Amino acid sequence: MAFSAPTANFTPLNTPFLRSHDNTLVSSLSPSPFFGSTAKLRLSSSPNFNLHRRSGSVVAVSEAVKEKKFKSTRNLLITKEEGLELYEDMVLGRAFEDMCAQMYYRGKMFGFVHLYNGQEAVSTGFIKLLKLQDSVVSTYRDHVHALSKGVPARAVMSELFGKTTGCCRGQGGSMHMFSREHNLLGGFAFIGEGIPVATGAAFTSKYKREVLKEADCDHVTLAFFGDGTCNNGQFFECLNMAALWKLPIVFVVENNLWAIGMSHLRSTSDPQIYKKGPAFGMPGVHVDGMDVLKVREVAKDAIARARRGEGPTLVECETYRFRGHSLADPDELRDPDEKARYAMRDPIAALKKYIIENNLASEAELKAIDKKIDEVVEDAVEFADESPVPPRSQLLENVFADPKGFGIGPDGRYRCEDPKFTQGTAHV
Amino acid sequence: MAAIFQGVGAAEALSSSPFNSFDSNKSIFSPRRSFSVRKGASFAVVRSDGTVNLNLKGRRAQQLISNAVATKADSAAASSSSKPGHELLLFEALQEGLEEEMDRDPHVCVMGEDVGHYGGSYKVTKGLAKKFGDLRVLDTPIAENSFTGMGIGAAMTGLRPVIEGMNMGFLLLAFNQISNNCGMLHYTSGGQFTIPIVIRGPGGVGRQLGAEHSQRLESYFQSIPGIQMVACSTPYNAKGLMKAAIRSENPVILFEHVLLYNLKERIPDEDYICNLEEAEMVRPGEHVTILTYSRMRYHVMQAAKTLVNKGYDPEVIDIRSLKPFDLYTIGNSVKKTHRVLIVEECMRTGGIGASLTAAITENFNDYLDAPIMCLSSQDVPTPYAGTLEEVTVVQPPQIVTAVEQLCQ
Repeated sequence: MAFSAPTANFTPLNTPFLRSHDNTLVSSLSPSPFFGSTAKLRLSSSPNFNLHRRSGSVVAVSEAVKEKKFKSTRNLLITKEEGLELYEDMVLGRAFEDMCAQMYYRGKMFGFVHLYNGQEAVSTGFIKLLKLQDSVVSTYRDHVHALSKGVPARAVMSELFGKTTGCCRGQGGSMHMFSREHNLLGGFAFIGEGIPVATGAAFTSKYKREVLKEADCDHVTLAFFGDGTCNNGQFFECLNMAALWKLPIVFVVENNLWAIGMSHLRSTSDPQIYKKGPAFGMPGVHVDGMDVLKVREVAKDAIARARRGEGPTLVECETYRFRGHSLADPDELRDPDEKARYAMRDPIAALKKYIIENNLASEAELKAIDKKIDEVVEDAVEFADESPVPPRSQLLENVFADPKGFGIGPDGRYRCEDPKFTQGTAHV
Repeated sequence: MAAIFQGVGAAEALSSSPFNSFDSNKSIFSPRRSFSVRKGASFAVVRSDGTVNLNLKGRRAQQLISNAVATKADSAAASSSSKPGHELLLFEALQEGLEEEMDRDPHVCVMGEDVGHYGGSYKVTKGLAKKFGDLRVLDTPIAENSFTGMGIGAAMTGLRPVIEGMNMGFLLLAFNQISNNCGMLHYTSGGQFTIPIVIRGPGGVGRQLGAEHSQRLESYFQSIPGIQMVACSTPYNAKGLMKAAIRSENPVILFEHVLLYNLKERIPDEDYICNLEEAEMVRPGEHVTILTYSRMRYHVMQAAKTLVNKGYDPEVIDIRSLKPFDLYTIGNSVKKTHRVLIVEECMRTGGIGASLTAAITENFNDYLDAPIMCLSSQDVPTPYAGTLEEVTVVQPPQIVTAVEQLCQ
């Protein structure tokens, strides 16, 4: 369905006069629809929301694009290669997470494991647009962000098994996935903790361009976090700083409606998170997070905007997790009807349908991808199984980048020179 | 290289640290001593291994500050221009160290509240924004947790930020980032990311600043694995520690003290750093080891005057490195004197003194002739009233009494 100003979704992202200190502009826009979303959303400010439904539907971004550009000819949003790439990435995410669940119940991994089933469109839609030097910061639900960014499935699975071949040598675990090579800056256990780190990475990008004069440095940072985080102080503080200094960052909210057992509607005075963007002087966009093509369109704009140096964007992706908060969550509070409704909007099934209906690829090709991914995941498990556990000598490594930080022992030598140190038995 | 100093109101004996002590196997360190005596002044070179022959003139000692905090010292005898080095105040020394490091490495940047245009609430960053620009000396909004986290993210991606807490107490708001990210990220990432960040700011009990502005955060941060903590006390070690902290690949928290910013001292012109892990021998002695840091150093030196007059010979060590402890310097001292007194401004419960007591007991119990005495601040929120504030912290007469008790 069209909404009254289809370009409202995109023009603000490119508008050069949208400056953070230009209060008049922002306030002049408040009577008209807030940036991004649709007129169909109820604008009433009374907290009279039906607790069992979303308050309004989301306009299909892709439809708006189509309406804007072409009336008669059908034009596709992706090429065949892109389609297959997206499909493969999402299937990898899904298959990997399903395998994690299996391995967890078989006692191969422990602790808190948070699975991403159902949200693949957000990770794939955004991260597949990035370059290697762009950074991604995530939360504890980070396996699929790691995979999308390019961290090998073997490395992630080994890390989950706590083996020394894991991407963090087994020292991080499920909630702390890092990869310097792929610029994945974590993996954070406390919510909101990663957002300032992402802001810092974006600051470095701006610093490199303006202070170190690396003129072509246009690295973008993506910060992924959930709906619960959007009530946390670090979120607001970073929105302010990012908009203030026009940092090249995109704040991606994976609003899956639930923070463990706390419904988003029960914890937030104004549940429409994207509205919080304009309050800080950046565009706020709402998108259907179950549709990878829509996410991708919004992501393209937001990332391009950041690369051009115009500053941050807040993107709220309406999405859903098919499993519980973690593998330890009995998931009793969520309404089965709600789960069923979102299961019908499975992003992988939707993309598959799109690919086949538009003759981008055949069923056989997609099945081949499924099979290939199964093999990748099996191989990852095998590799992780066969990898060694960290030896005791690894205990004291990596505590300090410069191990002199352990200090000088009673014998006058630096503690790190003590042979017991490398054995991991030294007492520090 | 030995550095020669004349103490100006700061300490009776001055110490130098070798520039590159890491590769110096201390046992082969040949103690070169340079020694000259002038009327009314003493020169000494003190090696970090503690060997020195100090000829301390009592008269010179009397020119020490009579209150615990030095203001512009009376340096009439000292400021002839033929001496090497240059004289400055402690906050200027910090600024000099920071500026030199920013000149040396364009990745070094400063972030904090009012560090840019305002020049820093204690003027440590004065003039830097004009010289280096608003991005390198970043005025942040009042969001400690977030801008500390931002500094950590910047450090992970290649910069070397210096985060200023306007008052160390404000860093309580940044505890999440300091503990979880600053300390742990290098480890949880399996060594992939380094956090070469420096977090600094003024702390300690000032002049009637009230409870919340008079906090000692070293006790709260000391348990965080993965960080180093140092406390400066003289212009010389302030500049040296600042530079060493910036050059270090580890996250370092540098504790400054609100009342020490106007200390004056003559420091060398040439480039030098102070080793982050080493303690500083302030006054060698035979009877008792007094371990201290930051402002309490001056209370201890004042008490030392009295003690010397009473015939005691205290050995005073400024531990400087609050985490980790320099157990070599401390251990050598304990082995010599067999008596330990710790004087600190930290709280009694779980403070630096408590940790130090444990460390000494664990490592040097056999060498002790008496139980370790620890004088700390009272476990009270620092009162506003001057009379009450004075008795919250350790005063020189208490130190004298404690030494007398220890040496019975």
